[in-house]
Amino acid sequence: MQKVARLLPEKLTVYTTLVGLLNARNYNFGGEFVEAMIRQLKETLKNNLYNEAVYLVRFLSDLVNCHVIAAPSMVAMFENFVSVTQEEDVPQVRSDWFVYVVLSCLPWVGKELYEKKDVEMDRLLSQIEGYLKRRVKTHVQMLQVWTAEKPHPQEEYLDCLWAQIQKLKKDRWQERHILRPYIAFDSVLCEALQHNLPPFTPPGHMPDAQYPMPRVVFRMFDYTDAPEGPVMPGSHSVERFVIEENLHCIIKTHWKERKTCAAQLLSYPGKNKIPLNYHIVEVIFGELFQLPTPPHIDVLYTTLLIELCKLQPGSLPQVLAQATEMLYMRLDTMNTTCIDRLINWFSHHLSNFQFRWSWDDWADCLTVDLEKPKPKFVKEVLEKSMRLSYHQRIVDIVPPTFSVLIPAEPIFIYKYLDETASTLPGYQLSITLGNAIKNRATNEEILTILKEVPNPNQEDDDDEGESFNPLKIDVFLQTLLHLAAKSFSHSFSALAKFHEILKTLADSDEGKLHTLKVIYEVWRNHPQMIAVLVDKMIRTQIVDCAAVANWLFSQDMAHEFTRLYIWEILHSTIRKMNKHVQKIQKELEEAKDKLEKQQLKRDMDKNSEDEDGQLEEQIERLQEKVESAQSEQKNLFLVIFQRFIMLLTEHLVRCETGSVDISTPWYKNCVDRLQQIFLMHHVTIQQYMGTLENLLFTAELDHHILAVYQQFCALQL
Amino acid sequence: WLRLWNLTWFWFDESFILFVAYFSTMSAKLSALHSDSYVEVSQYRDQHFKGNRKEQEKLLNQSNTLYVGNLSFYTTEEQVHELFSKSGDVKRIIIGLDKVKKTACGFCFVEYYARGDAEHAMRFINGTRLDDRIIRTDWDAGFKEGRQYGRGKSGGQVRDEYRQDYDPARGGYGKLAQQHPPVESRNTY
Repeated sequence: MQKVARLLPEKLTVYTTLVGLLNARNYNFGGEFVEAMIRQLKETLKNNLYNEAVYLVRFLSDLVNCHVIAAPSMVAMFENFVSVTQEEDVPQVRSDWFVYVVLSCLPWVGKELYEKKDVEMDRLLSQIEGYLKRRVKTHVQMLQVWTAEKPHPQEEYLDCLWAQIQKLKKDRWQERHILRPYIAFDSVLCEALQHNLPPFTPPGHMPDAQYPMPRVVFRMFDYTDAPEGPVMPGSHSVERFVIEENLHCIIKTHWKERKTCAAQLLSYPGKNKIPLNYHIVEVIFGELFQLPTPPHIDVLYTTLLIELCKLQPGSLPQVLAQATEMLYMRLDTMNTTCIDRLINWFSHHLSNFQFRWSWDDWADCLTVDLEKPKPKFVKEVLEKSMRLSYHQRIVDIVPPTFSVLIPAEPIFIYKYLDETASTLPGYQLSITLGNAIKNRATNEEILTILKEVPNPNQEDDDDEGESFNPLKIDVFLQTLLHLAAKSFSHSFSALAKFHEILKTLADSDEGKLHTLKVIYEVWRNHPQMIAVLVDKMIRTQIVDCAAVANWLFSQDMAHEFTRLYIWEILHSTIRKMNKHVQKIQKELEEAKDKLEKQQLKRDMDKNSEDEDGQLEEQIERLQEKVESAQSEQKNLFLVIFQRFIMLLTEHLVRCETGSVDISTPWYKNCVDRLQQIFLMHHVTIQQYMGTLENLLFTAELDHHILAVYQQFCALQL
Repeated sequence: WLRLWNLTWFWFDESFILFVAYFSTMSAKLSALHSDSYVEVSQYRDQHFKGNRKEQEKLLNQSNTLYVGNLSFYTTEEQVHELFSKSGDVKRIIIGLDKVKKTACGFCFVEYYARGDAEHAMRFINGTRLDDRIIRTDWDAGFKEGRQYGRGKSGGQVRDEYRQDYDPARGGYGKLAQQHPPVESRNTY
C-alpha cells in the first residue's frame, strides 16, 4: 500500500479511501498504517528522496479527509514544516521544500483543515506569505523558457502555487476537480475513530542534503487557445495545479512503457471537463523544455507524442501543430537551450510523418536577418532533417523560396583534388601518399614519405622532422580522409589504421589544433562527420578535450559559433571528460574496497602481505590517475569559461565604444551558451566553484557576465 | 466506476467488497508499475550462434548491441547514427550486407558504449520510423565477423526470399516471387 502511495500518486484518493474504510473496521490497522507511513517518510527524507516524500505527505493529508488522521495533528505537522523557514544559515531550497509540501497538500485537505482549525491555518498561511516575500529569486531568469512576460508569465513555482492557494482560499476551499471516493462513504467514515499524528520534527539540515532545485512553471496555453469544448482552467486556479501534478505523475510512473503512458494520459479521469489534449501537450513540452534538464531523456517525449497522435488521430495532431506554430512565433524570446531541444524534437517528429509541414506559413522568417532566431531555427531543423534523410529530400520538401535555408550538400572538400591544385606545396606528396595508402603501405613507408614534407614554419628541417609541421598534418590528413570519405566506418577504419602516425603528427598543442582545423576544412559541409571524427579522436587520444575547446573558440571557427553542431560537439566533449573521471574514480573505489576486504581476510588468516603491497601500489597509481584526470577536467572548464569571458568582454567593450546596443542575436546566443555550460554540467562544476570564483568570476568582471554566474550560484542557495 | 459509488453507498459491506474488488484489479496494475516490457529479450534466437541457448541468453541480457531490421536498402550508416544517437553514444554501426553483392540489404547492428543507452533505444526508437519505414530493434548477442551478411539463399535476408509483396526500398518483389511472378501480373498487358 505504501508502495502504491509513492508510485501511483495520481490515484491516491482511491487508496486513502480504502485505508479509511479499513480503519473504520479496525482501529489498530489505521494506527499501524499511519505509523508505518511516518517511518517511511523519515526514511525518504534521510535518503534525499524529496519528490517521493511529497507524495507521502499528501497521502497523509488526504487521510484526514478519510477520518483516519485527526485534523489538528495534521495542522501541527504543517506548523512544524513551516517553522523551518525560521532556521538560519540553511540553503533556501531547504525551506522552499517544506513550504512547497504544505502548500501542495492544501488542494486536497485545505477545506477540512480550515473547517477545524481556521485560526491556526490563517497563521500558517501568513507565515508562508512572509517567507515568500523574503525569498531571493535570482535563479528565476536562468530557468525561464521565455524571457518575455507575454502572453504567459513564466512564474517561479512557489509564487504560482501561492497564487493558486490564495485563489482557492478566496473560493472558500471549494475544489471540484479531484476525485474523492471517500465522499460516497462519508456515513461510514465519519463514525471512525481518528488517530493523532505523532509529533514530527523535520530532520535537520545535513551538508550533503540534495534538495530539489527551484522550478519555473511552464505555460503555453490558456482558455483562448482551445477553440471549442471545455474551458481550460486559469493559470492561478488550483485545478490547473492538480491536473498538471497528476499528468506529470503519470509520465513519471509509466515513462518506460510509452503505449501505456499515452493511454493513461488520455484516460485521465474528468477528461470531459477539461481540454485534455492541450493539458497533455503543455505538460509534455513543459518537461522537454525544463531547465536545467528534462526529467527524462529527450527522445522519450518525441515518441510519447507520436503514440498520443496514434491514439487520437482526429484531435491531437492538430493541437500539436497549433503548439508548434506558437512555439515558432515566440522563438525570439526563447532560451537557446530550449530552442536546441525544439529543433531536435521537431526534426525527429517530422521524420516520422514524411516531413509534411506547411513551410509557407513560416515564409516571414525569410524577410529578416538570417542570424535571427526564426530563420536560424528553420535552418537548423532542415539540417537535422537532412541527417535523418538525405539532401535531395530536403530540397523537395521546402518551397523554392526557402532554398537559402537549405543545408549544404554534405560532400568532402579536397584541397588536392586535381591539377588545379598543382601549385600547392603539398600537391605532389598528396598523390604519392594517396597511392601508398591505396597500395597498403606500412606505417614506416608512410613515415618515410612524410619526412619529405618541408616545414613551412622552419628554415631548415631538424633531424627527425618531429616538431609541429602544419603541412605534414594537412597533406596526410586531407589525403587519408579523402580516401576514407565514403562513410563513417571507412573514416573510423582509416583513423584506426594510422593511429600511431596521427598521434605523432598531433603531438603538441599546435598539432592537435591544426588537426582539428584540417578536419573542419575538409568536412565543413558535413557537420555530422566532423562531430563523429572529433569524438573518435578524443576517444583514441589523438586530440584531447582542451584542444577541442580551444579549437571551437578559435578565430577560425568564429563564423560557425552560433551553429548548433558546435555546441553539440562541446557538450559531448565535456561529457566524455566527465565520464572519464568517473570511470577512474570507480576503479579507485573498487581497488580500495578490494584492499579492505583483503586486509580483513589477512587479519583473520594471517596470510602473506605481498598481495597487499601490490594492491597498495595499484591504489597509489589510481589515486594519481584520478588527480590527473580531475586536473584535466578542471582545466577544461577553466579554458571554456575563460574563452567565454574574453569573447563577451570584447563584444561589450566594442559596443560601448561604438555606442551600439549590446543585444545582438550573437550576444544573446553567446550568453545563453555560457548559461548552458553551467546548467548542463552543474553537478561537475560545483566541485570547482572556489577556483572559478577566485580566478574568473571576480567582482571586476562586467556585470552582464557576472550575472550569469550569480544566477547559477542562486540555484543552490 | 463513478456509477459504482452511486449504486452501492447505502450498503457498507457490499460496497466494501466491491471497493476491494476494484482495488484488487488495481493491484494487478501494481506489478505493471515495474514493467519494462520494451526492454525484454524477444523469442528470437540466432540459429548460427556458437554456444548453447543458456549462453546466448546470458549474452543477450548483458548486451550493448541491437539488431535493427526493416531498413530500406538505401538507408545509410549516417542516418542510422543520427537516429540511434538520440538514446546515447553509439560505439559502432555495422550495416548488413548482401553476401553476394556486398551491398546493403536492409538490416544493421548498433553497438552502444552503455547498455542503458541501448535500453533507451528499445524503449523509444524501436517501432518508430527511419527513412519512412517502421524499424524494429532487438537485442543481439554481439557482433562477430560474418554476421553482417544476409542468410537468404540469394544473398540478402531470409525474409526477402519469401515475401510476396512489392517493396521498392527492398529490391521490389521477394526473390522467390521474382523468379515465379504471381499469376495476375503475367496476364496483365
